[in-house]
Amino acid sequence: MGAVYRARDLHFPNVVKRVAVKEMINLARDPAVQETIVRNFEREANILATLDHPSIPRIYDYFSHNERSYLILEFVDGKDLETLINETPGFLPEVQVVHWAIELCDVLNYLHNIKPEPVIFRDMKPSNVMVNSTGHIMLVDFGIAKTFQSGQKGTMIGTEGYSPPEQYKGEASPVADIYAMGATLHHMLTRRDPRLEPPFSFNERMIRSVNPAVSPEVEAVIYTALRYTPAERFPTAQAMKEALVAAARKTGILSEAPSAAAPAKASTGGVTALWKFECEDEIRGTPHAQDGILYVGAYDNNMYALQAASGEFLWKYATQGGIVSKPAIFEGNLFFGSADKNLYAISARSGRLMWTYSASAPIRSSPRIAEGHIFIGADDGYLHVINGMSGRRAWHVDAGDPVRSTPIVIGDNVYFGNENGDFFCVTLRGVTKWRYKAKRAVTSSPVYADGIIFFGSVDSQLYALDAKSGLIIWRFRMAKATISTPCIFENYIFSGSVDANIYCIDMHSSKEVWHFTTENQVTGSPVVHKDSLFCGSVDGTMYCLEYRTGRLRWKFPTQQPITGTPIVYNDTLFFGSTDHCVYAIAV
Amino acid sequence: MSSLLDKLFGKKSQPSAPAQQPVSQSAVTTAPLHMDTEELNADIVGPDAPTPHPTEKHLDLPQFIVGCGQSVGKQRDHNEDALYTLTTNLISDTTQLPFGLYIIADGMGGHQHGEIASGVSVRAMATHVVKKLYMPLFGLSGEQGEESLQEIMQAGVLEAHRAIIKDAMGGGTTLTAVLLMGNQMTVTHVGDSRAYAIYPDGRMEILTHDHSLVKRLQELGQITAEEAAIHPQRNVLYRALGQGEPFEPDVNTFPVPRSGYLLICSDGLWGVVPERELFNIITTAPNPQMACQTMIDAANEAGGPDNISAILVKLPD
Repeated sequence: MGAVYRARDLHFPNVVKRVAVKEMINLARDPAVQETIVRNFEREANILATLDHPSIPRIYDYFSHNERSYLILEFVDGKDLETLINETPGFLPEVQVVHWAIELCDVLNYLHNIKPEPVIFRDMKPSNVMVNSTGHIMLVDFGIAKTFQSGQKGTMIGTEGYSPPEQYKGEASPVADIYAMGATLHHMLTRRDPRLEPPFSFNERMIRSVNPAVSPEVEAVIYTALRYTPAERFPTAQAMKEALVAAARKTGILSEAPSAAAPAKASTGGVTALWKFECEDEIRGTPHAQDGILYVGAYDNNMYALQAASGEFLWKYATQGGIVSKPAIFEGNLFFGSADKNLYAISARSGRLMWTYSASAPIRSSPRIAEGHIFIGADDGYLHVINGMSGRRAWHVDAGDPVRSTPIVIGDNVYFGNENGDFFCVTLRGVTKWRYKAKRAVTSSPVYADGIIFFGSVDSQLYALDAKSGLIIWRFRMAKATISTPCIFENYIFSGSVDANIYCIDMHSSKEVWHFTTENQVTGSPVVHKDSLFCGSVDGTMYCLEYRTGRLRWKFPTQQPITGTPIVYNDTLFFGSTDHCVYAIAV
Repeated sequence: MSSLLDKLFGKKSQPSAPAQQPVSQSAVTTAPLHMDTEELNADIVGPDAPTPHPTEKHLDLPQFIVGCGQSVGKQRDHNEDALYTLTTNLISDTTQLPFGLYIIADGMGGHQHGEIASGVSVRAMATHVVKKLYMPLFGLSGEQGEESLQEIMQAGVLEAHRAIIKDAMGGGTTLTAVLLMGNQMTVTHVGDSRAYAIYPDGRMEILTHDHSLVKRLQELGQITAEEAAIHPQRNVLYRALGQGEPFEPDVNTFPVPRSGYLLICSDGLWGVVPERELFNIITTAPNPQMACQTMIDAANEAGGPDNISAILVKLPD
């Protein structure tokens, strides 16, 4: 318990000499215990006063007053590492972390070699390490504060995510500091706070699976520091420093300027397309496949039917506007909307027109088929429900703003969003059951699992609402908007975002499991097939990742942005690109 | 403060004796078990002679049927557990919304204010959820705020944490809280009390992860189950309310097990009575109240080494 004050030393009235005043409060009730605590404090203050190292703040004075004790220290102008980790949008660059790690080894080495007794820092963690105004590290909070923690034998300990296992037996040694330094470096490179994870679980969050930009060499050094058995760690801070320097030399990062970010190494396997088919304009939508035929709409106004196995052209059907959605098939007919305001029903086999249904504005939502009806949104602000056989409207409901999200039908309810951020649950008779208001457009289409509806919004959140009541169960914040439709697999939810990331989120806890950063917006949706996740990016690349870890398997470049969603059919991945082509890749 | 707590959560001389109605007459139902109706006494079934499940009548309205119980145990001289239950129904032409909030906290033995910490945390958590969620939800003018259920539950735990720092400095407690709404249950958890989902098909699933040091060492293969059972630090938690920071409770939402049960209990129950036996008691007792009493009797018969608390909710079809 205590605080640190920024103070001015009035012994120097003519200049501003700033000092830090650390205040510690003695909570012990027993006067004898109180006295012991003060004595320990004074003894430790005396040890600290003798220390002389550029990474350790100087101690000017100490005193006790009533139940409080004070330490007057050199003022460090800078930020602590915990703040830096939290303020940095991505990961701290590996090269920067290695530079600081080497300085930490130096200062630990100094402390551990003090005679007659080594000084054990005991509390190495990011919040106790500051980076000063010249970019060098300072150790700011010595274990002295521990003297003031309640001396209860107790049946519990606090959150001690950085502490080594032997700490629980009451042992403190130089290799305990080495473990805590490994934990600190792990936190810095992964942004995962060990205090929020089970103890000693660093092996369950391998650094490179969270942050693939880190070199295997540096990762190996950190894991040696984090060995469970003290004897297996580096015996000294000096040995750890040498290992770090060797790893850094091998990867060449020491020759880089500390500010340069390490480039992510991406493996580009020799993935080639089985076939590709070129349309006359961009493909922004998503294909659909059935009975060996691949259907895909294009900005050239056509709906194409291709042989899925070979890419051979079968037929095309021309509308009067661009097609940006995913077609659906029901009773032998193919349904899709067009920017020419029409919903088309054409024979899936021949492409012959069966009927059309007109909305009063372009249709950008994809059709959903349920209960023999087509559910589709339009820019006229209505959700239209059309009899699948006759093409006649059963009912429609006024959503007030364009509906581009694709409705989903679960039980007796239809769920969809609009461009004003309203999200609706209406009954199959068209009566609104509940409405939820997001802050910005809901272009993303809802998905459903275990009684929960999930969708993204341009307000940057991914929402989980109770399907029955519309109550918000959780929300997950991304750095930017999302129009990607979430994909559910096992207990994971995957979604792209305009912030260039593909996210994997735990469905029950709403915590991020991993994210993968592409080089531009991710507007399409991921799909999972076997143990792979496929997702396109506006950077023009189709990515294949391990769905559990987000690790890159391969990537496949196209010439222009990929905005739609891929599909997997007969172990083949199909997707369109704005380079006008449809691609087929064996997976 | 402490006298009120004594009244609410105070010790009982005979763990299984029928208890008085708690002093609080608000909508808030607190321990100890209230079981002095004739109907219940008529149906008492001892643990030695479990009778088959009485023929159940299907309920037209979805609702939660709740029982709870608490005992100081046979070896402790005071009670450091606290529990809270709140069950309501809103049934109108357009809405059928059963609502339940259930909390158990187990104050840390050996700590100052262990019994105060558990009581304070349960009250702070309940107050927060009722204020932030229940009142807006059921108030005529109320509208749900921006916060999600998980955010409200998480903030409630932080409120409880702050309340301990304020009113029971140095004290520590576990806290397991479950919010039941419609078909979803949101479980918030710190420490080693537990929540279980019990399915009609016989599965008994733990919804919480014990924040226990020895359990962790066992998971890592550093010690065996036998060593864990006698480990001197087997009561040590690596996460608890009122202790350490930063602080993040586990928060998870699961679909409710239809026609099943939700059980929340302190380690005085789960650490003493085998899960299989708990399952048998729950599924053969005539109602959740009796099931709780029978489970607590079973823990006391097995030695009652610790305080025992249990909340059992029978979930609708």
